[in-house]
Amino acid sequence: MPKLAELVVKVRSKNAGPFWVTVDVFCGDAATFSRIAAALDTAAVAALYDQPAQLLKRFDIIDLNVIKFSFPRPVVQGSAEDRDMHGAQWAHLMAEFEIA
Amino acid sequence: MPTRVLIPSGVLGLGFDRAALARGVTMQPDIIAIDGGSTDSGPFSLGAGQSKYARAATKSEWADIMAARRAARVPLVIGTAGTCGADATVDWMADITAEIAAETGERVKIAKLYSGQPADRVARALKEGRVQPLTPAPEITSEVLATMTNIVALAGAEQIQAALATGADIVIAGRTTDTAIIAALPLSRGENPGACWHGAKIGECGALCSTNPTSGVILIDFDSDGFTVEPLAEGAACTPHSVSAHMLYENADPFLLYEPGGHLDVRAARYTALDARRVRVEGSVWVPGPYTVKLEGARVAGYQTTILAVLRDPHYVAHARDWVVRLTGFLHETIRHRMRLPPEAYGLEFRLIGVDAALGMLENQAGAPVEVGVLGIVTASSQAQAAEIGKLINPFVLHYPLTDDEELPTFAFPYSPATTDRGALYEFALNHVMRLDDPMEAFRLEGETLGEKVPHAEAR
Repeated sequence: MPKLAELVVKVRSKNAGPFWVTVDVFCGDAATFSRIAAALDTAAVAALYDQPAQLLKRFDIIDLNVIKFSFPRPVVQGSAEDRDMHGAQWAHLMAEFEIA
Repeated sequence: MPTRVLIPSGVLGLGFDRAALARGVTMQPDIIAIDGGSTDSGPFSLGAGQSKYARAATKSEWADIMAARRAARVPLVIGTAGTCGADATVDWMADITAEIAAETGERVKIAKLYSGQPADRVARALKEGRVQPLTPAPEITSEVLATMTNIVALAGAEQIQAALATGADIVIAGRTTDTAIIAALPLSRGENPGACWHGAKIGECGALCSTNPTSGVILIDFDSDGFTVEPLAEGAACTPHSVSAHMLYENADPFLLYEPGGHLDVRAARYTALDARRVRVEGSVWVPGPYTVKLEGARVAGYQTTILAVLRDPHYVAHARDWVVRLTGFLHETIRHRMRLPPEAYGLEFRLIGVDAALGMLENQAGAPVEVGVLGIVTASSQAQAAEIGKLINPFVLHYPLTDDEELPTFAFPYSPATTDRGALYEFALNHVMRLDDPMEAFRLEGETLGEKVPHAEAR
C-alpha cells in the first residue's frame, strides 16, 4: 500500500500555540483530495498520535484540497517530556501512513 | 479612503527585503505594524523575560524600520516586543529604541504598553470566577499563580488604539495577539471589522501569505467592504490560494479566530485575484462576544543537566535500548545510595538519537543505525543537585557494560566536561482567558519623549 506522502503534495505539522498541534495534508487536486479524504480514517489518525478521537478536530477543506487535523499536543510544548519544540516532525507519522 | 497598513515582516529579527520596505514607504501607508514575538520557540523567553533574537539583529532591523517611519511620517507599532511581550522585554525594546534615536538625533515620542499581570490580580479574578480554562488547561490555584516568573495577558485592538491615541510616534507593546497591531487602526477608522481581523490574520506573518515567503514586506488596504493584500518584493505575488491557505498556518481552526471581544468567522469569505499580484477578500464576519483576554504564564519546573554519549560499537548500537534500561536501573540505585535521593525526587531520562529521539512512544518505524546518540537529561530541584547527579552518572554513561561478564566499553563523548548545565527548565502553566469590564484595566500605558520622562498617560 502506498504511503500518504507518495500520493499528496505536502504534509506538514506545527504547533498551534503551546497546547495544540495541527497537521495539514495538501492533496494538490480534487481527485486526490476525494481519495485521501475517504481513506483517512479519523479514529486511525487519532490512534497514530495516541489521542482520544473525540479531541481530534478534522477539517476537509475542499476549496484548498486540504485535510487538516488539530489535536492537543501529546505533551505540552517545552515540558520536560517534550521532544520536538515546534511540533514539525509529527508530520512524518502522517506522511508514512499507509493509504488503502 | 481605505486604511493602508504596511507590514515589514512576520517578526522583527528574521530579516526582510529592504527595497520592498522602501517601496512601501512611497505608497503612503497610514501605519507601519510589525510583530515582535511568538510562543513558538518554547517557554524560556516568557519564563526568563528575555528576547530569543540577538540584540544586534533586532537593533539593525529596528533602525531601518524607524527610518522608514520617519520617512513615511506615520505611527509605528510593534506587538509582543522581545519575543514574549513581558514588561522586561518592553523595556529592552524601549532601550534599543532610545539608543537608535540618540544615534540618529531623532526626537521621537514613544508609548509603552505593558501586558504583565501581577499574580494577585489573576488570583483575584480566578476567585471571582472571571478566569476560564481553555482546552487543555493546566490546573491553577493562587499558590500556583504565585510561582510563575511571568504572566502576560494578550492585548487586543482596544489597548493598541489607546496607545495610538496618546499621539505616540512609536508604540512598543508587550504581549498582544498577533493580529491586534494590524487591526487596531483600521478598526478605529470604522473599516469593516470582519475584514480588519481577517486581513490582520493574513498579514501577521508578513509575506508568508505570498509566493515569496522570506521577502517579508506586504501592504494591506482595509475598507468598508473588505481588504486587498499585495506583497511588495520584486516578483512576489499573492494568489487566492496563497492567501486563503494562510488561515491553516499555526491555527487549530482554519475558519474561526478568537480575539478579545469576539471572534472572526471566515467561512463565507471570498478570495478574488485583482491581478497577478493582488488579492481581494470580502465576506468575513466579526461576531462580538464577551471581552476576555488570553493569559500566558511560565514557571520554573526544575533545573537540568545533560550528557551526550555516542555509541558506535555495533554490539551496543544493536542493543542500545537494553543498555539504557539496564544503565537507568543501576543509576537510580547508585544515586539512592550515594546521594540519598529516591528516583521520584528527580528526573533521569535517556533519549536514543537514531532510534526514536524525536517521536518517543509514537515512533512506529525501526531501522539499523550506524551509530546511536544517547542524550541523558537530568531534571532536579536545583541546578547544584542536577549538576551533582550529572557528575555522578558521567563515568557510568561512559563505561557501563551491557552484561556483567563483558569488558568495560568506552563510548564517544563529544566534549569535556561531558555534562552541560542547562539552567532552569521553564514550563507554560496557563491556557486560560480572563474577563475584563474595561479593556485597559489589566494593561498599563507609559509615555516618554527621547529620554526625558513625560508621563502623559495615566497608569490604571
